[in-house]
Amino acid sequence: MNTIVTVSTPPSAAPSIWRAPDLSFRWWPVFLRNLLVWRKLAIPSLVGNIAEPLMWLVAFGYGMGALVGQVNIGTPTGEQSVPYILFLASGSICMSAMNAASFEALYSAFSRMHVQKTWDGIMNAPVSLDNVVMAEMLWAGFKAMFTVTTILGVMLALNISHSPKLLAAWPVLLGAGITFSCIALIFNALAQGYDFFTYYFTLFLTPMMFLSGVFFPREQLPAALRSFSDWLPLTNAVELVRPMFMDQWPAHPARNALVLVAYTAGAFWVALALTRKRFRA
Amino acid sequence: MSEFLLEAAGLTKSYGGATVVNDVSFEIAHGECLGVIGPNGAGKTTTIRMCLGLTAPDHGSIRALGLAMPRDALAIKAQLGVVSQFDSLDPDFSCAENLLVYGRYFGMKDAQIRERIPRLLEFAALAHKADAKPGELSGGMRRRLSLARALVNDPRLLMLDEPTTGLDPQARHLMWERLQLLLQQGKSILLTTHFMDEAERLCSRLLVLDHGKKIAQGRPRDLIGQHLESDVVEVYGNGALQLVESPLKALAARVEVSGETVFCYTQHAKPLLDELAAHPKLRTLHRPANLEDLFLKLTGRQIREEG
Repeated sequence: MNTIVTVSTPPSAAPSIWRAPDLSFRWWPVFLRNLLVWRKLAIPSLVGNIAEPLMWLVAFGYGMGALVGQVNIGTPTGEQSVPYILFLASGSICMSAMNAASFEALYSAFSRMHVQKTWDGIMNAPVSLDNVVMAEMLWAGFKAMFTVTTILGVMLALNISHSPKLLAAWPVLLGAGITFSCIALIFNALAQGYDFFTYYFTLFLTPMMFLSGVFFPREQLPAALRSFSDWLPLTNAVELVRPMFMDQWPAHPARNALVLVAYTAGAFWVALALTRKRFRA
Repeated sequence: MSEFLLEAAGLTKSYGGATVVNDVSFEIAHGECLGVIGPNGAGKTTTIRMCLGLTAPDHGSIRALGLAMPRDALAIKAQLGVVSQFDSLDPDFSCAENLLVYGRYFGMKDAQIRERIPRLLEFAALAHKADAKPGELSGGMRRRLSLARALVNDPRLLMLDEPTTGLDPQARHLMWERLQLLLQQGKSILLTTHFMDEAERLCSRLLVLDHGKKIAQGRPRDLIGQHLESDVVEVYGNGALQLVESPLKALAARVEVSGETVFCYTQHAKPLLDELAAHPKLRTLHRPANLEDLFLKLTGRQIREEG
């Protein structure tokens, strides 16, 4: 029998899960992979993308709008009265970006990570986990942008708004999609099954929808709740996007953008750390 | 350049206080197939994961292709081909698309990958299935597609984690044929398997793990010669178990009982077989000792279900 040679080496300190992201352009082929899958299913998903917000707009915008009439909102140039459907459309498009990014970074990413073992296959090639997480983050952002683009098309067709500033709203909505995809990836890293995501939607996203001024002005909220809602990512996305639907610029763009960037950077860092931990085990 | 393609020294890995790999060292020479065998939970998959840089060892070092793992993980993986235990094929892509998309992860140009795809599909005996999705393939076809995918970057070293588990004999033989072809082409292979006939057929050397420790290492035939008598006579049927108490036992060098079967290990089977012929109710099977006997001798016959 061969002798067993024992080589003593010092313990190699495992790198911290909180270390800085180690990124290269290797996220691109992973993003491209998701794009190629999606291209096969894009037409049916387009129908869903248009149908859902259209139902919201018809049911709430025209239905509720007839009851509510006009809504007063604060703008840099003073108080402005706008039709409820315009108020709703400008808020719900942010909600659509949030939902699209969250669905992609939760259910779809989890399928690729856990069920199909796609990530494991990719990491057997020279692509690091950091780049895979980066690709998923950008991909969910792209999906949000795609959804938002189709909805904007519907809104333009319905003549809800034709503000030229919608062109500026478009990249903001992509940014908001990326923020929510980073947050969702934290929960993806923690999930043991799909059921977990139901909690995320019902306990986080749904309350946020009602607190962020999507359906009614935040002035209706009690003061304490309103101060709390100032710091919600969806609130800040709505405050950036809504004025652009009315051909105005946001009142506090720097503050809103900074909050969203802080959420994005913080959530990406945490999501990456927790995903590294999941894959190290 | 080192004479070894991969050298692992003193690998140790613990999870939550349990040591799953304990001071394991081995190396793979150019053009060699090293088999890692062991019962469930022996530490085979963890060893492979460390070699792939997916898990960092608590102690020990791995050098592959002149580079250090996990520091140079990506540079090493650029020259590796991996077939993992569970298929990770993309269910939404055809066979050809699976290869194309996987080649991109290596930074290969589409034109370069497309040029390789027909040859890879032909190698995997899947040329007629280029447009079929993995869901439409049999288990053996999916494993061969996984192997073709692992070859897309023309790797020098292949790491195969139980590549034939769950396949029928025809599919398994076809897989063996392909792996032998790769060895003839000069590729090196690290293979884990539960099938001793597979290990004996493909591997030039074996590493036997149990409870995370290396318990034997060497050429399959040498190991059998070192640890076992040359012949085995299996005895079953009514009264087989009584043999253990009878004088017949003295004709075998070693006797093992498993369930209703008595395994007699001997260098000279003839006297034993002659005596057994006088017991018409007993059925006997005389065969040379094989790797499975060795494996069971080294790791015991008890069931391992923790793995």
